[in-house]
Amino acid sequence: MNLLGKLSWSAVPFDQPIVMGASGGVVVAGGLILGWITFRGYWPYLWREWITSVDHKRIGVMYCLLALIMLLRGFSDAIMMRAQQAVAAGGAQGYLPPEHFDQIFSAHGTIMIFFMAMPFVIGLMNFVVPLQLGVRDMAFPTLNSVALGLTASGILLTNISLAVGEFAKTGWVAYPPLSELQFSPGVGVDYYLWSLQISGVGTLLTGINFVTTILKTRAPGMGLMRMPVFCWTALAANLLIVAAFPVLTATFAMLLLDRYLDFHFFSVAAQGNPMMYVNLFWVWGHPEVYILVLPAFGVFSEVVSTFSGKPLFGYRSMVAATMAICILSFLVWLHHFFTMGASADVNGFFGVMTMIIAVPTGVKVFNWLFTLYGGRIRFTVPILWSIGFMVTFVIGGMTGVLMAVPPADFQLHNSLFLVAHFHNVIIGGVVFGVMAGFNYWFPKAFGFRLDERWGRASFWCWLVGFYIAFMPLYVLGLMGMTRRMQHYDNLAWQPWLVAAAIGVVIILAGIVCQVIQLVVSIRDREQLRDLTGDPWNGRTLEWSTASPPPAWNFSVLPEVSAIDAYWSSKGGRTPNRAFQPIEVPTNSAVGFITAFFASVIGFALIWHIWWLALLGLFSVFATILIFAFRDVEEIEISAEQIARFERQARTEVA
Amino acid sequence: MDTAVMVDEANIKGTPDASAAGPASKRIVVAYGFWIFLLSDVVMFSALFASYAVLVRATADGPAGDELFNQMSVAIETACLLASSYTCGLMSLAVNARRSAVVYLFAVVTFVLGAAFLNLEIHEFAAMIARGATPQRSAFLSAFFTLVGCHGLHVTAGLVWLAVMMAQVAIKGFRPNIERRLLCFALFWHTLDIVWVWLFTVVYLMGVRS
Repeated sequence: MNLLGKLSWSAVPFDQPIVMGASGGVVVAGGLILGWITFRGYWPYLWREWITSVDHKRIGVMYCLLALIMLLRGFSDAIMMRAQQAVAAGGAQGYLPPEHFDQIFSAHGTIMIFFMAMPFVIGLMNFVVPLQLGVRDMAFPTLNSVALGLTASGILLTNISLAVGEFAKTGWVAYPPLSELQFSPGVGVDYYLWSLQISGVGTLLTGINFVTTILKTRAPGMGLMRMPVFCWTALAANLLIVAAFPVLTATFAMLLLDRYLDFHFFSVAAQGNPMMYVNLFWVWGHPEVYILVLPAFGVFSEVVSTFSGKPLFGYRSMVAATMAICILSFLVWLHHFFTMGASADVNGFFGVMTMIIAVPTGVKVFNWLFTLYGGRIRFTVPILWSIGFMVTFVIGGMTGVLMAVPPADFQLHNSLFLVAHFHNVIIGGVVFGVMAGFNYWFPKAFGFRLDERWGRASFWCWLVGFYIAFMPLYVLGLMGMTRRMQHYDNLAWQPWLVAAAIGVVIILAGIVCQVIQLVVSIRDREQLRDLTGDPWNGRTLEWSTASPPPAWNFSVLPEVSAIDAYWSSKGGRTPNRAFQPIEVPTNSAVGFITAFFASVIGFALIWHIWWLALLGLFSVFATILIFAFRDVEEIEISAEQIARFERQARTEVA
Repeated sequence: MDTAVMVDEANIKGTPDASAAGPASKRIVVAYGFWIFLLSDVVMFSALFASYAVLVRATADGPAGDELFNQMSVAIETACLLASSYTCGLMSLAVNARRSAVVYLFAVVTFVLGAAFLNLEIHEFAAMIARGATPQRSAFLSAFFTLVGCHGLHVTAGLVWLAVMMAQVAIKGFRPNIERRLLCFALFWHTLDIVWVWLFTVVYLMGVRS
């Protein structure tokens, strides 16, 4: 019996210089960072303050950090694809062989959706939602830390596939029968499935945590119709997580059974049904789009209102639109495959539903415009991203409505027109949204603002780069170019692909500006320091506490009497209430340990190392068992300690 | 008092409604969160149910449900599980009354009934596999084994959980956090019952009708 399953030295692609160079670079860089941490003796600090922290603010920051790193990884895939397609015309084969190119586009999609956009959105929600609700933490702080760990574990597995074995060559959707063992015998699809199963469990836990937090723990006086719009969009997104992610888990479980135990859910043999996978995948997949974009809509609502100096226009219609989208998002999945061959009635229904879902989105756009109208707008970096979003997203939305017409979709399906459309809404909506949120809430998280000049430079590079990179893809789609082509014969396409490649280089400049912005801001943090806790003249409760907020968030739980709770209390005197001792949850290593064993289980299952998988499973069980028997769950922060913190924060302002 | 009257009176007195009353108690928060988890679990089952419904006729010339299902065995299985839900309810009442001997008694009865259910299910699976009706035989059998097996896995997890909870009661007594966990366990166990009622209907009753 082979103790290492399918794993051997041949799994490492020593003969591929690009792969080895990239993974070697990652190993060296990672080693240098770990070495530096060890050399400076930062491990105890990191362990105590970050890795075992169950504080929602720390966890939020760690999610965002993961997302930023994965943005770099996913973007390097993008630049490789654009470079390949810019040169591989006519007889030329470019520099990427087909099996490598296939892995790159699969990894790009998987990483950008699951490991960049999701962690970024979840990170922002983690940091902001409890603060906006005026409470001390999430409903289940330790569960939050476990969820972060499982997400990181999925990310780790996906990135291990770079050096050990291979990643899926099936596209980020992994449709069977291509993703079945018969046609994808390697470990690539297994890497894909297990990393998404593990991180998917984490996402589900996050969803449960947020729904409970938002519905059951809000500051006194904060009725549902006084919640900030970001909390409403977070509620809708997490309801979608709870209702959609279990479907993905079940679907992937079925595909795993097909691959590991020769079941016949989606196979071509024994009357399996591949189209059932496609249906189930998009029953999750379409709500997923809104899981990503609704919180971004929330960010824009906060940003537009704050920097216009006005309450949000049409708060109630914004809430109604958000919840309408939440429900309608489950009624449009079939528009991802009108070409399946369903009857005209079925396609017609889903086409009409797709057009209807554009209506609440339109309501939102008008609300933002009317909020801006007549406002005294301060053109900071977050509002630039928001205005860039409004223009870009509307274009993307209109191409979406165009494709909602089934006959048009029959022409455009799987073409670069589609690729241009979803990048138009995901970059224009989600990426612009998280960038706005990143710039907006950064001073709350760290106590100093981000540099405006580099922030503006980054925005303009992203915006211009986006249009140059993706508008040509619309044209190419109409010219008949399909997606995922490693090379092509039609030389008429090449100029457009070269233009797109130039656009990606401009986006790269935008990313470089962001990195510089971060470095410059950390360097100049004393000049950029904000001592008031309210650098933007904000409206919601997160701005009413210190920056960065103390572990207990609010020394006295705020009393809410209106929408824009903080704004309505401004000018009035803060009641000088006596401080009470506060219980905060204790640190816990259970998230880290669970994530460690989850990574071990995932790796063992991918490589068929059965004993290790069983050992890992047992270890997870033992970890949870030990955790269940612990006695101390909370520590008390004394009233004196809180008073000392408050005195110090006030002296700094004065 | 009638709930509607209570709500009206609360409004007249000007007290804030429940949604504005501030953070809920830990018991409510934990139970609520667990309800949400159970709903997500039900969604997962619904995906498996949908797959089963799509594939139920995809027998690939292999055996169909009416040739495979033993009604007697399934009836006893169902009786065991429903009875275990009842004893689990009695256990919850004993927890509220803090009568540990009664809690242990009904926990053991619940455990035994759950184990009997599992035992019958495993025998059913083994008998089917022995006559060549394996999950590899057809898409229908893949869906059947996955759907029913997933419920069986849940019951197994429930049994392990119940055993752990009894150890916790023995070692730590009826602390608030232990009580909350017992409450969650009861919710979990009853949910498995509800899923089984659907399973019994969709798989076994509808399976032999055709």
